[in-house]
Amino acid sequence: MSQTSNHQSVTPPRGAPAGDFPLIRAKKLIHPWRITSAVIVILLTTLFVLDAAGRPAYDWPSVGVYLFDRRVLEAAVNTLQLTIFSMAIAIVLGLILAVTRLSPNPVLKGIAWVYIWVFRGTPVYVQLVFWGLLAVIYKDISIGIPFTQPWFTFETKLAVSVFILAIIGLALNEAAYMAEIVRAGLLSVDRGQEEAAKALGMSWGRTTWRIVLPQAMRVIIPPTGNEVISMLKTTSLVTAVPYSFDLYARTHDIAAETFNPIPLLVVASIWYLAFTTVLMIGQHFLEKRFSRGSHVSGSAHV
Amino acid sequence: MSNPMVKIESLVKNFGVHTVLNGINLEVAPGEVLCIIGPSGSGKSTLLRCINHLETISAGRVFVDGELMGYRQRGEALHELKPHDAARQRREIGMVFQKFNLFPHLSVLENVVEAPIGVLRVPRATAIAEAKAFIARVGLADKIDAYPAQLSGGQQQRVAIARGLAMKPKLMLFDEPTSALDPELVGEVLEVIKVLAHDGMTMVVVTHEMGFAREIADRVVFMDDGQIIEAGPPSEVLENPQQARTREFLAKVL
Repeated sequence: MSQTSNHQSVTPPRGAPAGDFPLIRAKKLIHPWRITSAVIVILLTTLFVLDAAGRPAYDWPSVGVYLFDRRVLEAAVNTLQLTIFSMAIAIVLGLILAVTRLSPNPVLKGIAWVYIWVFRGTPVYVQLVFWGLLAVIYKDISIGIPFTQPWFTFETKLAVSVFILAIIGLALNEAAYMAEIVRAGLLSVDRGQEEAAKALGMSWGRTTWRIVLPQAMRVIIPPTGNEVISMLKTTSLVTAVPYSFDLYARTHDIAAETFNPIPLLVVASIWYLAFTTVLMIGQHFLEKRFSRGSHVSGSAHV
Repeated sequence: MSNPMVKIESLVKNFGVHTVLNGINLEVAPGEVLCIIGPSGSGKSTLLRCINHLETISAGRVFVDGELMGYRQRGEALHELKPHDAARQRREIGMVFQKFNLFPHLSVLENVVEAPIGVLRVPRATAIAEAKAFIARVGLADKIDAYPAQLSGGQQQRVAIARGLAMKPKLMLFDEPTSALDPELVGEVLEVIKVLAHDGMTMVVVTHEMGFAREIADRVVFMDDGQIIEAGPPSEVLENPQQARTREFLAKVL
């Protein structure tokens, strides 16, 4: 690195032959425990894999048969849809809740607080059962001005499918958690940013949307990725609604017919793991996108 | 004499039980460059932030270009301004912060055009052309696509000045604009401010740079303990201070 040290008289001037100063070629430090532990881990893993491959209970031929079974594939798509739709709604709703919770308006603040209190304070399984009973609690839903003739009325059972109820249930619960994640992100942004925007005459809404939120994304995205992955697995609870065409319920049902649950558990696990892997890759790229401007890249001080 | 650009009457600012500003009276004429000096904790920065109503005031009145800041007076009663109206008042006053407060996720150009487009509703193409001119004026024409993290402190502060100028303010406030800078970068920022002073911009500058204050200020105000101790041309306040506290302070910093 002779070009960075040209101000110091003790080092050679720029362009001096490197031969005058032999480069250090030290022997690398050996880490015997790392090598030992790696060998042990590889050994144990190999043993486990070899054992599992030969164990009849896993029934690998059945795993191969059911992995791409039409019913399983459909269920995988359903699980993916449940995850994506409920997460999309949860992110938007969570964003709104977080922003209202930090807004100067005390009424909005209160509403957001109560929402988070209720939906975070009860188990998602219980909430899903409640949504499943929506048609029992509210037989018809009417739209109009209260205490007057409604504009139109529909029967709940016919209007809302269990699939929609499952999405609503998952989304509304998740929104409460997303709200807290977004709020933490918004609070992580330096106060000076809001002040600078204010001094420029920007409104509170514009400041939040254009200045604070984009910077908060860096803090919001990693835990959100975590929530998406968590949601993928939480979809297995939708049997509570009861919705039974997701990955877990479907493989469970098939297993009930074949009296052979283990290979179908493996099948479900493989699909969950595959989706999680794809999500992790997506998260990596999103994080890269939103770290824009946070790193000094290339030549900095010119 | 024309109407003052800034008129501060009996301003008091309390933080809880703490009185930070205690009866400030001050006028700044259009085109005047006023430097505020004083020990830390004397209320200089708070006074500056009261001018554009970033801080609410506890008593007194602040007028900018004849307009009461932050409130509407109806008879004896003061009514808080709607956020929209307070924002409208603020956008006519540029402010430069000690820590620059550039928007790190936006490029230099985006930093400068953000408010003209979003607040003043200047057409995009016009805003960009004007922003480029302002960025060139602070000597950073080759940096328009850089992000703040890629710039030195001095360059960041010059962008912050360009960002303020892009709103075409009638008044610029500088809150210790060189305090966060490495010593060798102070000069470039002061140079930019100096050019603005020559162009006739009305400015209030809180600074620790006595040499700079002497050079550009039309008037220097010395503050201590939330009060104005002494005010006058730099030749008087800095060279021949009348008050013991001013002398004491100057002896320490010069």
